[in-house]
Amino acid sequence: MSKDVIKNIIVKDDEDYIINMGPQHPSTHGVLRLEVCLNGEIVKYVIPHIGYIHRGIEKMCEADTYKQIIHLTDRMDYLSAHMNNEAVCLAVENALQVEVPERVQYIRAILDELNRLASHQLWWSAFGMDLGALTTFFYGLRDREKILAIFEESFGSRLLHSFNTPGGLMHDVHPNFQKHILEFVKYFRKKLPDYKNLLTDNVIFHNRTKGVGVMSPETAIAFGVTGPSGRGSGFACDVRKVAPYGVYDQLDFKQVLYSEGDSFARYQVRMDEMEESLNLLEQLVAKMPSEGDFTAKMKPIIKLPEGEYYERVETARGELGVFIVSKGEKYPYRMRFRSPNFSNLFVLNTLSKGLKIADLVAISGSLDLVLPDIDR
Amino acid sequence: MILDIYSFSTLTGAIDKGLNSAMAPWLATLLEFVIVGVVFLIFYALLGLFLVYLERKVCAVIQNRIGPNRVGKWGLLQTIADLIKLLMKELIPIKNADGFLFNLAPFIVIIASFMAIAALPFAKGLQAMDFNIGIFYVMAVSSLGVIGILLAGWSSNSKYSLIGAMRSGAQIISYELSVGLSLLSIVILSGSMQLSTIVQSQADGWWIFKGHILAFISFVIFLIASTAETNRGPFDLAEAESELTAGFHTEYSGIKFAFFFLAEYMNMFIVAAIGATLFLGGWMPLHIGHWQEFNNIMDYIPSVVWFFGKTFFVIYLIMWFKWTFPRLRIDQLLNLEWKYLLPLSLINTVLIAFIALMGWYF
Repeated sequence: MSKDVIKNIIVKDDEDYIINMGPQHPSTHGVLRLEVCLNGEIVKYVIPHIGYIHRGIEKMCEADTYKQIIHLTDRMDYLSAHMNNEAVCLAVENALQVEVPERVQYIRAILDELNRLASHQLWWSAFGMDLGALTTFFYGLRDREKILAIFEESFGSRLLHSFNTPGGLMHDVHPNFQKHILEFVKYFRKKLPDYKNLLTDNVIFHNRTKGVGVMSPETAIAFGVTGPSGRGSGFACDVRKVAPYGVYDQLDFKQVLYSEGDSFARYQVRMDEMEESLNLLEQLVAKMPSEGDFTAKMKPIIKLPEGEYYERVETARGELGVFIVSKGEKYPYRMRFRSPNFSNLFVLNTLSKGLKIADLVAISGSLDLVLPDIDR
Repeated sequence: MILDIYSFSTLTGAIDKGLNSAMAPWLATLLEFVIVGVVFLIFYALLGLFLVYLERKVCAVIQNRIGPNRVGKWGLLQTIADLIKLLMKELIPIKNADGFLFNLAPFIVIIASFMAIAALPFAKGLQAMDFNIGIFYVMAVSSLGVIGILLAGWSSNSKYSLIGAMRSGAQIISYELSVGLSLLSIVILSGSMQLSTIVQSQADGWWIFKGHILAFISFVIFLIASTAETNRGPFDLAEAESELTAGFHTEYSGIKFAFFFLAEYMNMFIVAAIGATLFLGGWMPLHIGHWQEFNNIMDYIPSVVWFFGKTFFVIYLIMWFKWTFPRLRIDQLLNLEWKYLLPLSLINTVLIAFIALMGWYF
């Protein structure tokens, strides 16, 4: 919906005024500018202005080889860096019809779930901050640190690890990889009740989130809202279930679905997903082959056959699609990402219309936006 | 039975006598005013800095951190370093702001809290002004602060500030009612508005114990309402940094910002001190019925320790709220006051008046 259309639908009174939330604002989680029209405290409309952190990643991809592209995808949704890598890797591998070793697939799935957990922990921390509960930040980051330590041990980097490469992994994981993951699972199972006591069971928190920003399944589908935000509205959109990739079809897990569609449902989806991820991690570590190659045999220069390729994965925020048009060269001819946050952001106007400005912050927090993914 | 060895009136009386014998009475009175003023200024500044330090340490404990620990022993000088930083910072002039009101606002806020502190009974014989309407005076001057907040929001010429100030105005004026009613219940029980008389009336037991469950309800209402009145979390809607960046003091910088900051902490101290004085017996030691030995031991603890101990207990409660609860929304905040707290405190006050009339308290 263009800017003029939104403005014309809602007639602006003389008493209305516009404030710009952002690009520097504590609760926009990055350089997002929300043009908010307010009547007193009531939100009339919200127009998100994006592009403050646009780096032209899709254009840059056209000048990079497929192995180099991996490193750019890290910088999109930096909290699901591994899933972004995996999307490109899967697209290239499927285009070349390379069989990836089973061990690699298990390690990728483990890293997916670890990354999802780390992302949800950070979201939980920041969501509490948005609602004014400042202590959540330290609880969440304390536990996230354990995951980042596992990453650091194996890949040498904590956030943007670029550990995937088309055909497999950069190198093998650390010998203590499985042991430390099981230790973490045990540790975090004990810490999750703290999360519940501190925020989930708080009556003020219930008042702030229940019935706030209700998104119907139709709205979710119309706007393409995926991930936990979409599943909070009962939209079964988990790519791990609907179009399994890697080893997800061999694992026992359930798609977390809530039908209320309010901020609290979106919150609950993520909290339950954390538990699901812990279960998945245990299964994955148990099933993971202890010996094997960490990469398939690949040519030094990867050239995709001419054609169009699309692959999608489930990141911590929804469905990430990668579309590659190849002319048979070592660079892609065109590259396009379908980023989950872009769709999730633009539902904000529909959800927050007529609510208070404090609800706008709660809703944008519950959508869990990461701005570099939107601007790319 | 309170020991007289700890009474400050010996000290203050000696100073008064000495000054009067050395110079003319008018000069002695003037000099006393100046001394008391200077003492209060120093006390105010040091206590404000200490409260900021305390809050940082308390929130660090709640958040599994250590808190300030680099400047001075245990980081004690951290807030002083921060103050020096704030003093040296540039005061950024705001375009199109109402300059006079913009500069006046922080002073109104800080003067209001400074005036309120004068009537507090800190210890036996240590009270600057003992009005016969003491509690009424404290209520009156401490609510002056909202004028400063409204002016700050209005004169900044910023929308965030304005929203913050309007929220603050609605909030403070609403919660003033509950604070007033909960204090009224103790005024009814003790039969006086004079703070020294209220403290004396608790010599054989604090009102929170003597006034049955009703006084306890009053205390809880007072705690909630006064947290809201001082704009602290979970009622910090006037600042609400995740919504309004910093609310009414968004545009302030340097020492003017520090004034708002200091006033917030001193307001917290004042409400905690009022709560301690009215409900927890002020500087009175803990006495339990006829346990004569126990009571005698309690008497040996100086009254100033009792006062600050109780006050910091209440301060800790208020800090605990702030660091563990999410923030309320403005409509929920006003609902809480007008639909729940105010009717409850009205009923409570009537019941307290009834038991005071029948003499059913201890």
